[in-house]
Amino acid sequence: MSTVEVEAAPESFGDFLRKAFASRSFLIGFAITLVVAATAFVSLFWTPYDITNLVVADRMKPVSAEHWFGTDHFGRDILSMIMVGSRTSIAVAIVAVVVGVGLGVPLGCWAAARGGAVDDALMRFNDLVFAFPALLTAIMITSIFGPGAVNAIIAIGIFNIPVFARVARAGALALWPREYVLAARAAGKNAARITVEHILPNITSMLLVQATIQFALGILAEASLSYLGLGAQPPMTSWGRMLFDAQTRMVVAPHLALFPGMAIVVTVLGLNLLGDGLRDVLDPRLRRER
Amino acid sequence: MIAFLLRRAGIGLLTLVLASIVVFSVMEILPGDPARLMLGMNATPEAVESLRNQMGLNQPVPIRYLDWIGGLLVGDFGRSYTYSSPVIDLIAERASVSLPLALISLALSTAIAIPVGLFAASRRGRVSDTLSMGAAQVGVAIPNFWFALILVYVFAVWLRLLPAGGFPGWGGGIWPGVRALVLPSVALALPQAAILARVTRSALLEVLGEDYIRTARAKGMPRRIVLWRHALRNAMIPVLTIMGLQFAFLLAGTIIIENVFYLPGLGRLIFQAITQRDLIVVEGVVILLVATIVLINILVDVAYAIVDPRLRAR
Repeated sequence: MSTVEVEAAPESFGDFLRKAFASRSFLIGFAITLVVAATAFVSLFWTPYDITNLVVADRMKPVSAEHWFGTDHFGRDILSMIMVGSRTSIAVAIVAVVVGVGLGVPLGCWAAARGGAVDDALMRFNDLVFAFPALLTAIMITSIFGPGAVNAIIAIGIFNIPVFARVARAGALALWPREYVLAARAAGKNAARITVEHILPNITSMLLVQATIQFALGILAEASLSYLGLGAQPPMTSWGRMLFDAQTRMVVAPHLALFPGMAIVVTVLGLNLLGDGLRDVLDPRLRRER
Repeated sequence: MIAFLLRRAGIGLLTLVLASIVVFSVMEILPGDPARLMLGMNATPEAVESLRNQMGLNQPVPIRYLDWIGGLLVGDFGRSYTYSSPVIDLIAERASVSLPLALISLALSTAIAIPVGLFAASRRGRVSDTLSMGAAQVGVAIPNFWFALILVYVFAVWLRLLPAGGFPGWGGGIWPGVRALVLPSVALALPQAAILARVTRSALLEVLGEDYIRTARAKGMPRRIVLWRHALRNAMIPVLTIMGLQFAFLLAGTIIIENVFYLPGLGRLIFQAITQRDLIVVEGVVILLVATIVLINILVDVAYAIVDPRLRAR
């Protein structure tokens, strides 16, 4: 945690692309993520079937040429449901990452710049948050403040704050003793300006890698909450919500659970590979170990 | 070393005290009067008031906090009003399901992960390494509750080999109980095993890059012995850390898995207590879980310090 290789970042964007496309993890992860994002985007304009249209005669139909992934207990097309549900899953995870970055990064940079009591307080705060099992706390928050997508975002986002604070602090601490930061201080720049102009640009790559990981964890967390009935509420749907509905109908229609789960696995796999690939490219020191 | 221990224990204690304040305050600001919940909607205001007095709910907040903490210290977690029995008894009863579940899962994930990590590291860069780490990547991405649903379908509904859910208790011998825990512990263990296998592999590869490994190889020690005697032992530090964290995670992860399998464990207890607003139960279980996590973190740090004296100066 204390030694962070920052200077290993590629020199230019072209250099980054050249290295990125040589990494197998990055390529596969990027391709999967792109497909998932494109599917979510397409669902805004078009889905194979209209999911607000309930066809009870077609309920729980197995996989067929008309319905590639079958239909659910209301006769809705599961492929269309997965496409629409991806928007909730992705949106919850992204906003939770934004919450974590927005609050965690300034906290971490502030602690690194000030040191002393501020730094100690941040570390104790981190200890405190990490002492609570994340899933348990998310369950408590969503069931106390009411189930729903917004409260799910808050519940997941809270745990992203110390994660990003820790990464930003570790990165910033490694940079403060550098010559160019000393030069900036000698030139009379204050801590806030140094952080914005010199520290932040140099920890962006680390934050990007962490954001990818937290994004994947956010998808899993949203699925867990919705599976317990605490996340997205009907008529809104999400992959976890589909699994919640599938659970009691598993025996007669296993396809109800199979496909939404596979959507989660593929998306999380893609994001994790993308994160691994980014780390390989942005931090060659770690690549040696892989 | 003693100074390190004291400092570490002090930080742990501080975390625990802060956590207890957070838990207590959150429960405090929640709407809903426990006395009214217990007596129902038709109770007279006088009856509610007298029960509030009896339960000590009319005392000032700091006094009630200290009462609660004092009780915890002597093992008195209060009384649940939905189960009308002491919380500590409920916890003990439910832990007899959750603790074995978490332990079996941990054993299972370790038994899978260490050999796979070792295998992959010793074949670094070859097809077998890529395949096993690819499988681990997929394992990390699988939500455990979804995996649980698939296991139920395959082994309970389709093959009819194992029970789909429920728990017969330990009264009828070890075997029926263990049978009921097989699918839940596999579901919990697999994603954890995938993470642990990746950590084991990268820890091993890091150690294998060290000079003393090259020295051992240079003096003619066989590769296999170097791997087992020198590399694995040194790589165990990060592996043990992750295992410690995983145990805490497994305990909390039982919440969702116990709901899939209808197991009467701690996870289901707290989930039901949350939905029924049985706050004294929620407080008790949460603070117990937090204490477990803090203790595990201290133990991991102390284990680190014993192995690597440089860390004591931190």
